[in-house]
Amino acid sequence: MTSIGTGYDLSNSVFSPDGRNFQVEYAMKAVENGGTAIGIRCKDGVVFAMEKLVVSKLVKPGANKKISTVDKNIGIVCSGLMPDGRHFVSRARDEAASWRGLYKAPIPTSALANRMGSYVQAYTLYSSVRPFGLTSILGGWDSEAELPVDGQVGSGPKVGAGGKKEGQKRGGPFLYMIEPSGLYWGYYGAATGKGRQSAKSELEKLNLSEGDITLEQGVKEAARIIYVAHEDSKDKDFELEMSWVSSLDGPTKGRHEEVPKALREEAEALAKKVIEGEDDDDEEAEGGATGDQMEE
Amino acid sequence: MNHLPQAWGRPRDDVYGAYNASFLPQDGPKQHTQSPIVTGTSVVAMKFKDGVVVAADNLASYGSLARFTDVKRLRQFNTRAVLGFGGDVSDMQHLDRLLTSLSLRENYADPGSSGDETDTASLDAKNLHTYLSKVMYKRRTDFNPLWNHILVAGLDDADKPFLASVDLLGTTFSAPSLATGFGAHLAVPILRRVAPDEAAAETLSMDDAVNAVKEAMKVLFYRDARSLDKYSIAVIRKDGVQLKEDEKLEGQSWAFAETIRGYGTQIH
Repeated sequence: MTSIGTGYDLSNSVFSPDGRNFQVEYAMKAVENGGTAIGIRCKDGVVFAMEKLVVSKLVKPGANKKISTVDKNIGIVCSGLMPDGRHFVSRARDEAASWRGLYKAPIPTSALANRMGSYVQAYTLYSSVRPFGLTSILGGWDSEAELPVDGQVGSGPKVGAGGKKEGQKRGGPFLYMIEPSGLYWGYYGAATGKGRQSAKSELEKLNLSEGDITLEQGVKEAARIIYVAHEDSKDKDFELEMSWVSSLDGPTKGRHEEVPKALREEAEALAKKVIEGEDDDDEEAEGGATGDQMEE
Repeated sequence: MNHLPQAWGRPRDDVYGAYNASFLPQDGPKQHTQSPIVTGTSVVAMKFKDGVVVAADNLASYGSLARFTDVKRLRQFNTRAVLGFGGDVSDMQHLDRLLTSLSLRENYADPGSSGDETDTASLDAKNLHTYLSKVMYKRRTDFNPLWNHILVAGLDDADKPFLASVDLLGTTFSAPSLATGFGAHLAVPILRRVAPDEAAAETLSMDDAVNAVKEAMKVLFYRDARSLDKYSIAVIRKDGVQLKEDEKLEGQSWAFAETIRGYGTQIH
């Protein structure tokens, strides 16, 4: 960045002459060092996975969860500065609660993404604040059934005007990623954090846009992708954290929950096997090409 | 200075003339929270050896008008607690939303170990009853009561049957069989015949308890003019909640009505 030191990178809300907000770009740098996080939109739900680097042996395994629930049906996983993430999730929960207060119904995932996008963007506008050092993947399952209004006690008259359209399609899986600039897009598969490059190329191989992949497959792919993305920082230990949200007749009944231990361990074992298999292939290939050269 | 406190802070009569009191409220304090509007009648519940059964009819009355006939007054909170609401229906809806937000926040604080079939819902029926009693008491202390009488039925922290009530004053009461409204007079004696005390309730079978509650609902339909023969019934046990919301009273016999004298168009 040639413009560093020109003074335009010191304040939020000030553009550089070539039209950049350096504070936002520095925030993105903060994300680039965070643990890898991914989200996969499957046909019957959404899977989240997070590579949680073990910072100390003194930290209890499984503590300090990084994937959070908002309302019942939405999950958020953040990569970047953890305290920013906590605040972001807290705000998302407040938004979901205020939506319920006003509309007496759960917030649609798209509406939450929109509100959180606006919130993050507001932190790029003022010199008194810094942007979020955070890229968040936000996804959920909006109910495909006609939900009663909160507190509804009856179903109303069975005949006469009601304005209901029969056979209307509603709900489904949704996935968004919000960047420090406030930019948010919907994704089939999203990745952020340190290993995002390899995670993204793995996600692309899944052909998610065709919408064939099931939630169970998604869980296994997610685990594998986190293991693949971790290859570059192999020397550090990590914990795999995974959560999912399925359709109403799926395993989580429309709720965002942690992936059950048994299934997670199965997916992890599978992922390790794949990784080891690849390593063997690599070694064989290297062995063939380089003859008796020593490894490492 | 005028020694009457009513006049303090008001313009002086000798300077400005007598205060025009027509601007002041003429009829004392606000009274619009002092009576229910659309109401549900009795809720009936009974403990048995390994659970609780609770029932309420599906009617919401507007005064003496049977206004809504498909109103569900039993609310399942989680796998361990069901609430039965008597009294004002809109206040019930308010409480329902309050409890929805409570359960969301509980889930944030303790998502539980998912996937394991045992629902480790952190709030049991006992916690819920305590919470509701505080809400109700706070509101009556604000002179803005929630016009309900609520039965909390379910299991406590040791998975033992739990049944307790809280009313619009925040009064709490617990017994092996409980009923609100008209049922407190009419249904409780019927239930007490089946299980007079805790010891009897601990040996009572589920079928006997369900039949006793159904019988009580039937008697209530005979004698309570604000009741309906469609009702909801829930059984809460360790293995979960069984909630039926569209039941019909069976085996009615109105023969006794022939002997009633003194009402209607009869001459003698």
